[in-house]
Amino acid sequence: MTADLIDTATYAELCDAMGDAFAAELATTFLDDAPNMFADLKQGAADGDADAFRRAAHSIKSNAEIFGATALTAAARDMELSGLTDTSAASIPALEAVYADTAAALGALLNA
Amino acid sequence: MRNAPGRLLIVDDNKVNRLLMSRSVEQLGHTSAVAENGRIAMEMLGAEPFDILLLDIEMPEMDGFEVLEALKRDPKLRDLPVIVTSSVEGLENIVRCIQLGADDYIPKPVNKVLLNARVSASLERKRLYDEQKKLLDRFATVEVAEHLNEGGFAIGGQRLHATILFSDIRDFTAISETMAPEATIDLINTYYTLMFDAVSSQGGIISLMVGDGLMALFGAPKPIANSAQSAVSAAQDMLAMTDALNAERAMVGEPDIKIGFGIATGEVVAGYTGTDARATYTCIGKTVNLAARLEAHTKVAGRSILFDEATLGALTDPSVCMPMPDVQFKGFSEPKRVFAL
Repeated sequence: MTADLIDTATYAELCDAMGDAFAAELATTFLDDAPNMFADLKQGAADGDADAFRRAAHSIKSNAEIFGATALTAAARDMELSGLTDTSAASIPALEAVYADTAAALGALLNA
Repeated sequence: MRNAPGRLLIVDDNKVNRLLMSRSVEQLGHTSAVAENGRIAMEMLGAEPFDILLLDIEMPEMDGFEVLEALKRDPKLRDLPVIVTSSVEGLENIVRCIQLGADDYIPKPVNKVLLNARVSASLERKRLYDEQKKLLDRFATVEVAEHLNEGGFAIGGQRLHATILFSDIRDFTAISETMAPEATIDLINTYYTLMFDAVSSQGGIISLMVGDGLMALFGAPKPIANSAQSAVSAAQDMLAMTDALNAERAMVGEPDIKIGFGIATGEVVAGYTGTDARATYTCIGKTVNLAARLEAHTKVAGRSILFDEATLGALTDPSVCMPMPDVQFKGFSEPKRVFAL
């Protein structure tokens, strides 16, 4: 399960390239900032603002990729590619659930 | 290949990306500033110089495509190297970036080795470009360099209303015969320095330098409000500076130098003449010939500044000018009215 959530090889590469402390700082920033991205996503869906919706999904995907968050990357990419549709709002909770699992896995790595 | 550190502007709407990019850039030995969207980036680019732009595409307010378009329109920023860093979906979006003038594309998450190679290559390109620009500024005037930067180089001409000024040092050959070669070059360079100063402070440009003679253009390539007045004022400034120079020369026992000016105003054909390999910005036409003839005539007339009727007509205070006898110049069918200051 955890392997799908965070690809440890990608995360290790990040730590290698940037240093453990900085990678941890980056992960903390992501966890702090993610609620804002989800708020933007929901707002975009509520306002029918396709650009804002796509941008928010794109940001989540782009950040998830940095940490090797494979499942979150894939789910956010799907949302970015399909864009704002009638079913978009209903699919947000599923993405949030993937994020919650990812955040927990990332948190566990940080505290490891 | 290790370049001198560069100053990079990172444009990304996402906090984590900005943090990661600036840290990566720092680790490569460069410095950076960050902007949250294209609009802020454009403001920062206008306020301080950067060597490279690292540009995200998906951004609120002004996205990466719009930034690329804005850079293309701005002659001062058109040549700034841009590396697009994005995880944008779709090959067509990457192609569009390149078509809009981006130099390179690095997919996110950015690989540091790739980033280093791209940044080094872009810095090298920027350094070469800056050197080229310096050379251009040295061998062309600021105005011509700007003209080239804005419009590019094309052999061809346009008709303009301009004033042409010719000047040379009277009897320079005789003066220089008694001087050491170093002293001759030194004198010519002093004369050029003073002339460049007088001409450019009046909005003109020096187009030709031949020995001790030179040709200046007022109103080309860029129009100026009163080209005739500017040219006459430049000649007057130059005479005043020559007096100061002669005072210095007298103290060390050197002979006075005298300068003659011929000025004519009218239509000219302006543009780059030469070949694709070697060309110069200049003006040609009857107005240019007339200015050259007037300059030669200063020796005959015993006056320092001579000009034509069109120049007189544009002067703010023509009452200080003195009409001279009409002259039949070579190459002109009618005698010309000539005025002196």
